[in-house]
Order: sequence, then structure tokens, then C-alpha cells
Amino acid sequence: MNKYEYQFAPDSFELVGDKVDISKDVVAPVVPFWLDVWRRFRKNKGAVIGITVIVLIILMSIFMPILSSYKFDAIDSASANIKPNAQHWFGTDNFGRDLWVRTWTGTRVSLIVSFAAVVIDIVVGMTYGMISGYFGGMVDTIMQRIQEILNSIPTLVILTLLMTVLEPSLFTIIFALMFTEWIGMSRITRAQVLKIKEDEFVLASRTAGASEVFYIFKELRTNIYSQLIVMAMMTIPNAIFYEAYLSFVGLGLTVPNASLGVLINDGFNYFLSYPYMVAIPVVVLALLMLSFNLFGDGLRDALDPTMKEM
Amino acid sequence: MAEAKAKEPILVVKHLKQHFPINRKFTVKAVDDISFEINAGETYGLVGESGSGKSTTGRSIIRLYKPTAGSIVFNGREIGGKMSQEDIKELRTNMQMIFQDPMACLNPRMKVLDIIAEGLDVHHAYSSQEERNEKVYQMLELVGLSREHASRYPHLFSGGQRQRIGIARALILNPDLIIADEAISALDVSIQAQVVNLMKKIQRESNIAYLFIAHDLSMVKYISDRIGVLHLGHLVESGTSDEIFSNPLHPYTKSLLSAIPSPNPIVEKKRTSLTYDYKTSGLNYEAGTEHYVSDTHYVLGTDEDFARFQAEAGMH
Repeated sequence: MNKYEYQFAPDSFELVGDKVDISKDVVAPVVPFWLDVWRRFRKNKGAVIGITVIVLIILMSIFMPILSSYKFDAIDSASANIKPNAQHWFGTDNFGRDLWVRTWTGTRVSLIVSFAAVVIDIVVGMTYGMISGYFGGMVDTIMQRIQEILNSIPTLVILTLLMTVLEPSLFTIIFALMFTEWIGMSRITRAQVLKIKEDEFVLASRTAGASEVFYIFKELRTNIYSQLIVMAMMTIPNAIFYEAYLSFVGLGLTVPNASLGVLINDGFNYFLSYPYMVAIPVVVLALLMLSFNLFGDGLRDALDPTMKEM
Repeated sequence: MAEAKAKEPILVVKHLKQHFPINRKFTVKAVDDISFEINAGETYGLVGESGSGKSTTGRSIIRLYKPTAGSIVFNGREIGGKMSQEDIKELRTNMQMIFQDPMACLNPRMKVLDIIAEGLDVHHAYSSQEERNEKVYQMLELVGLSREHASRYPHLFSGGQRQRIGIARALILNPDLIIADEAISALDVSIQAQVVNLMKKIQRESNIAYLFIAHDLSMVKYISDRIGVLHLGHLVESGTSDEIFSNPLHPYTKSLLSAIPSPNPIVEKKRTSLTYDYKTSGLNYEAGTEHYVSDTHYVLGTDEDFARFQAEAGMH
């Protein structure tokens, strides 16, 4: 028998034509953009876990220090270096301060710093990049030079200068972030705007008579979301470590105060004898990082309709 | 045509120049002193090779660029220079554009409904959300799509469907003039025919005028009432479709026409395409002036050039 000949049994094929009505097309209801985003976000399990953990950690950092009977700065030398037990859930440090309370107070500070960093990124960085990229020409040149000058000053010099003017505090940290943190974001935004602004759909918006502000914020913004979210998610760990570094050089939080960075730095000194002192804040930090990344990924995909049916 | 002629021209372009300074010594003269008119309800085809300034002309007219010199009168309003609020509103509602690239001309992050309704949103041309959506649905049906397409995103559509969406967006404000900037060049031939026939159908129904920019001459011949031939930023010849195709005078027009392939293989075998090179042609566009062969047929050249063109065409 020829190998190219096939034999079909009578039941090899089945007529489905009249079983499925293909003539009707379902009219999808028109829903607002944010509802669409929420539906897509909900389908992503990782992202939902991420946001749940973030919310949980935020709640813990708000309520745990209030509910606990210990104070984060209460020194009790009688109970120093205790391993985690029923009384001190995360143990105590070498001054006898309860690490459960200190961890959550520290998380609170770290969260505030990272949110401030993201807000600065978005408000300053995004706006700066959009204006620079959109208007182009002379405006762009001047704005880019200013940014390069700012970027070329070593961070340590800015910090030392700041130290002479400002008291070390949370505000100082945020102030220091304001100087350089937004530059990466503004660069990415500018590059995206340069890429998109000559696209035909932006021209179409202009021929329809959209005002400049309208199409900057409607057409451009929606198309740079994904890059911005990835960038913002990278800002968060940077900001937390930056804060730890500032505390280390004495510009950050003062001694009794805690942040995740400070706790890790302190715990690191006793790493060999009391590994739990560094392990616990590192685990919290890692959880936070992981959740933010999962959340950011999910958000990016949810905001991108082309990902929808993949 | 006779009807349209009796009306005032809807768009009058006079001595339009669009120069782009590259640096202090060098300026690109993308469009250099062109004049033409478009009447209500007619199609004016603008043809020429790549880089001849076709798209720039369209974009200058719709004021995506600021023209260097010249006047553009649209519906009796001067829109070539500084515009008043009313001029801007007139321009942005009654003149619309269909773009070349169906993949790039729709915002990938917006639904078809919102893309088409953008013009309505900008000009607040509706009193309720239902009215807005209803207008979009009507427009979708007019261009041969259906209302269930409204809640989808552009990436779900084929090239031809996207171009229809682009047309629906241009039509939503009931414009008098649509600039179709290579609107069909990115589509394959069977879809080109669909889209062009759709555009013709819409023109019959609503008396819209088109400025049809293209490099495909057979398509231009099919859709246009009048044709302008553009080369190096100069309008070298202009006339009705018949005049251009049956009696081309300018050597550039002749070479363009000789490049059209014929579907008849016997004719196609004998077809020779004429080459035309501006540098060796001995013509100087800058020195040329307008010469009229008939009321509508215009050719650019010096007096001697014009006499020669006519001699070559066998007319005196």
C-alpha cells in the first residue's frame, strides 16, 4: 500500500455545523478601564498573593507596635540576647530590646521611605521626563544638562552637605532621596515619550484637536505604564537599602529608632552567635521585596490589554 | 463634478512652503511653493515618488506642522498662519486625517470605542454617555464593522479592520475634508479595494472631499477626480484624471505613468518605463511658472519648457 494513502472510517468526521451557532457574536459589555484592569489582575494568582502579603505586612507594622506590651526603645539589660521564645517572639537584641516590636517599627519606617521614594519617582521623575521628552529641542537640552549636573555630584558629597544643615531624621532621608532618586525614572520616561510622541496615534489625537495636556496625559501616560511600574518596583529595594546606608553614615535614623536596614546592619555584627537577629529582618525584607515584585508584575500585565488573551 | 464646480472650493492652498531647517547652512525644502484647490465632494489625488513632499503637504494643511509661507484657506478661513480659537475649532472638527500605518495609528491601550469617540470627547459633542456610544456604534456600522467590536482593543483586529477603525475615527465629527495620507499603502491589494470602495461609498452619501495621498497611480486614477503630481516639493502638473492620464505633458508625469504595470500580459511585455532624472533633464523647477493648457490642466515650467512639452505632446 502506498504510504501516502490514508483510510478514513465512516465515523472519522463529524458534522458540528448545526450544533454550534456561529452566526451570533457576543456583544461584550462596555466596562470602564479600571474594572478591566481589576479583572485581569484578579486572575493572576501570584499578584493577588503579593498584594495580600503587602497588606498584611502593612497592617502588622501599624498595629503590632501598638498592641505589644514592649516598647521598641525600652532597654532591659537583664534580658539581653534572648533567643525567640513565647515572651519575645523574635527574641531580643544585645540591649534587651524586644525584636518583635523593633522589626515591625522598622518595617514601618522602611515602608514610609520606600513609598516616599516611589512618590518622588512618579511626581518628580515622571513629570520631568515627560516635559523634557515631549517638548524636546532647547527645553530638552537644558533639562538634560541640569539632570546630568545633579547626577554627577557624588551622593556622599550631597549627604555631607545635608548633614551640616539638617538634623538626622526620617525627613532628612526623604530629602536626600529627592535629590537623585528620580533621575533613573525621568530618563526612562523621557526615552518612552521620545519613542511614542511621533507615533501616528498621537498625531491622530492632535488632528482631533486634543490639547497638549490632554494627549500628554492620556495618550502618552497609558503607554508608558509598564516601564514605569517595573522601574518603581526596583525603586523600593533601592530606597530601603539607601536608607540603611544613610543610617550607617549617621544621616539616617538616630540610635534608638529602628528600620529594617538598621536592624540588618546591627544584627550582622552578632551574626555568628545570634543568627536570628539578622535572619528575621532579612526574611521580612525578602518577603516584602518578593511581594512587591509579584504585585508589580501583575499590575503591569493587567494594565496591558495586549497581554489579555495570551 | 459639474455640481461641485459651481460651489466655492472648500480648500485653497496658495504658494504653500514647508521648510525644515536642519542646521544653519542647510534647510530641507520639503514643500516648495505649491498651489491647488479642492472642491466640496471631490477627490484630489496627490501623487509622487517617496520624499516628494506628499505627506508633508497633507500634514502642513492639517497643521501638524507650521507652514513656512503661503496661505491655506479652509471653508473661507485662513488657517495657514496664526489661528484664532474659532479657526482652530473649525479646522479640528471639519478636517480630519486617515493615517498610513494601521498598526501604529490606534493607541494600543485604548478600546475601539474610546479611540473613535476621542474627537467627540475633545469637543464635548454629546450630551450623554449613551448618545456618545450610539454615535460610535453607528459609525462602526457605517464602515462595515459591528457594535461588538467597540469593546475590543486594536491588537485584536486585522490590518483592513484597523484601517476601517481609522476611517470611523476620522468621520465621527462629520468633517468636510479628509486627508488620506497613504491610507491604503500598507494594506494588501484585495483589502485596498475594500477600503477605497468604502471611502467612495461614504463620499457619495455625505459629500466629503478627500485629499488622497498615494504613490499607487492606478488606485489614484480609480478614486480621484483631479490629480496633482508632486516632485521634489514642486507641483509639476495638475489636472483632471483624464487629462493627466490621456495627455501627460511633464516628463516626470510621463515617467510615472509609464511605470504602471498593465494586467494584460501582451501589453505589459511591450511596456517600456521611461526614466526621468531631474539633474539631467535640463529643467529648473525654481524658475518654472504656471502654464495652463486648459482651465484645469496646469503644468510647471519656463516658457521654453512649456513650448517643448506641447511640441512633444503633438499640440500647438
